[in-house]
Amino acid sequence: MQKITKEVYLNWYEDMLFWRKFEDKLAAVYIQQKVRGFLHLYNGQEAVLAGALHAMDLSKDKMITAYRNHVQPIGMGVDPKRVMAELYGKATGTSQGLGGSMHIFSKEHGFYGGHGIVGGQIPLGAGMAFGDKYHETGAVTLCYMGDGAVRQGSLHETFNMAMNWKLPVVFVCENNGYAMGTSVERTANHTDIWKLGLGYEMPCGPVDGMNPVKVAEAMHEAIERARRGDGPTFLEMKTYRYRGHSMSDAQHYRTKDEVEEYKKIDPINQVKDIILEKKYATEADIKKIDKRVKDLVSECEKFAEESPWPEKSLMYDAVYEQEDYPFLQHKL
Amino acid sequence: MKTIQFREAVCEAMSEEMRADDSIYLMGEEVAEYNGAYKASKGMLDEFGPKRVIDTPIAELGFAGIGVGSTMTGCRPIVEFMTFNFALVGIDQIINNAAKIRQMSGGQFKCPIVFRGPTASAGQLAATHSQAFESWFANTPGLKVIVPSNPYDAKGLLKSAIRDDDPVIFMESEQMYGDKGEVPEGEYVIPIGVADIKREGTDVTIVSFGKIIKEAYKAAEELEKEGISCEIIDLRTVRPMDHDAILNSVKKTNRLVILEEAWPFGNVATEITYQVQSKAFDYLDAPIVKINTADTPAPYSPVLLEEWLPNSNDVIKAVKKVMYK
Ligand SMILES: Cc1ncc(C[n+]2csc(CCOP(=O)(O)OP(=O)(O)O)c2C)c(N)n1
Ligand SMILES: [Mg+2]
Repeated sequence: MQKITKEVYLNWYEDMLFWRKFEDKLAAVYIQQKVRGFLHLYNGQEAVLAGALHAMDLSKDKMITAYRNHVQPIGMGVDPKRVMAELYGKATGTSQGLGGSMHIFSKEHGFYGGHGIVGGQIPLGAGMAFGDKYHETGAVTLCYMGDGAVRQGSLHETFNMAMNWKLPVVFVCENNGYAMGTSVERTANHTDIWKLGLGYEMPCGPVDGMNPVKVAEAMHEAIERARRGDGPTFLEMKTYRYRGHSMSDAQHYRTKDEVEEYKKIDPINQVKDIILEKKYATEADIKKIDKRVKDLVSECEKFAEESPWPEKSLMYDAVYEQEDYPFLQHKL
Repeated sequence: MKTIQFREAVCEAMSEEMRADDSIYLMGEEVAEYNGAYKASKGMLDEFGPKRVIDTPIAELGFAGIGVGSTMTGCRPIVEFMTFNFALVGIDQIINNAAKIRQMSGGQFKCPIVFRGPTASAGQLAATHSQAFESWFANTPGLKVIVPSNPYDAKGLLKSAIRDDDPVIFMESEQMYGDKGEVPEGEYVIPIGVADIKREGTDVTIVSFGKIIKEAYKAAEELEKEGISCEIIDLRTVRPMDHDAILNSVKKTNRLVILEEAWPFGNVATEITYQVQSKAFDYLDAPIVKINTADTPAPYSPVLLEEWLPNSNDVIKAVKKVMYK
């Protein structure tokens, strides 16, 4: 694995802070009804992304996840302005406004969505790995899912085939404690989600998902295994979401104290503490970073606000590759 | 009469039936401790306990099938899908098992199950969360399909659905749960398969069902001002369909507009169109017009969604067209 240097820590701090503030901005503009639909935010889970990006080969590795998906593409290199614009439903968005909050995609940057049906992306992730193995590209797919998604049949069918065919994929469960209002304990007779790999003899294990170093190490091992041709790994990232499931969640299923406990091991603070302790930067340098982050978030908002709406014809043009597809008329 | 919300109508129907029959249970994601994703089962865990109000993991194929299987040993389940978009994960159990067990077993088993939850669009939820599958289910022999549009119909029809000995698909809407309406204080049921004339009129018949019917109400109000009188028929049940109600109205008005929130290819409106032209051809003074959602997946952007969805202006245009105005 590439060494975790001073630069890595500083980048982690800036990136994770930006992702956090980007999500906070989305929450704010959602309340102003500039962003609509469902909005699922990533606050608290940033280390799972930061650590993974460190271990990936961004020139070819790919990522796919569910609907909690705004910041992963940004981490992979997508212009955050375009992600914000997508949530505004603007023509400059990553899907030209067709996808919205749950469906960010960037083929160019190896980010394969953005999926709304719980568990639906699990076979897709294995399929992407199938294609890469088929074409001998040497690329590895990181396939993310929530703790709720692991109870879908799609996981079990996919695990079996992925293992049998030694597909170059890393399955990552982001266990943030809850699927909407349902705690992990209430969904199964066991709570160690990583053990689901055992039935398929898939290498598997738990990871401290609040610490990017731990995430990077576990990811590195799993990615290398996949790249060598030794097949998939299943990692359970123990993490936590600070905000509600989506914007309409009253959160009666947990206490404020529980949320506060996790904030004590906040990934951004953990990284910041190390930076200050090891004197990688001064408080003044940190302030400069904070200011940069704030400015960039404002730029994203401005860009999204000022972007044009998509043309009506896009609704049809986007459906088929065929250019003159004969759509039925739906109104006069 | 008392005024209650649509979600309360659903809750009352389930609770009243569960009090009367121990073999009924409610199962689905977030139905118990969370009181329902849209609060349609509020208080039911407290009243009936965890044996009969059951939270499931996110595993639609599994719990849809467990529901069906339990009918074979004497249960009468109500299975909630958080929305019918997610029922697709379990649709094999609905189409291949629930709809067929009675027939395949030569009548040895009945399958008294209700699958319920919201259908169709509910704001900017994009492609996978805005779909209307009424016509898919209605295409399947063995199923019945109910789509109420107000609290009164919801309560009366859901009680009938729960009492029915065949599998029933009961479709609601996120955007209707807060709607208020009057229901009787006491017990009542509404028979499955009977349409309702929601507004009487003489010039044109508008057939619709589910939440989109509100666009027809708005259009009728506007058209009234122009001296055009619309009769609005709420199908309430899509399968079996109340053909007589439609035919009788068309024989009176001689003009038909159908408003359905669904993709245009081979939908409920298409079936009505076939039935009316075959049984009342001579009564029609104009070709039938149907209004649907666009022939595309639902777009997220508000400017596109507005174009995608049918609205009251579209109904007005359609009515004027069949009236040659
Ligand atoms: C098949 C399906 N069933 C239900 C839903 C509704 N739903 C959306 S998110 C969610 C909870 C998922 O929780 P988890 O997998 O833990 O992911 P998290 O939201 O915690 O990131 C549910 C039930 C859905 N989108 N798809
Ligand atoms: Mg979760």
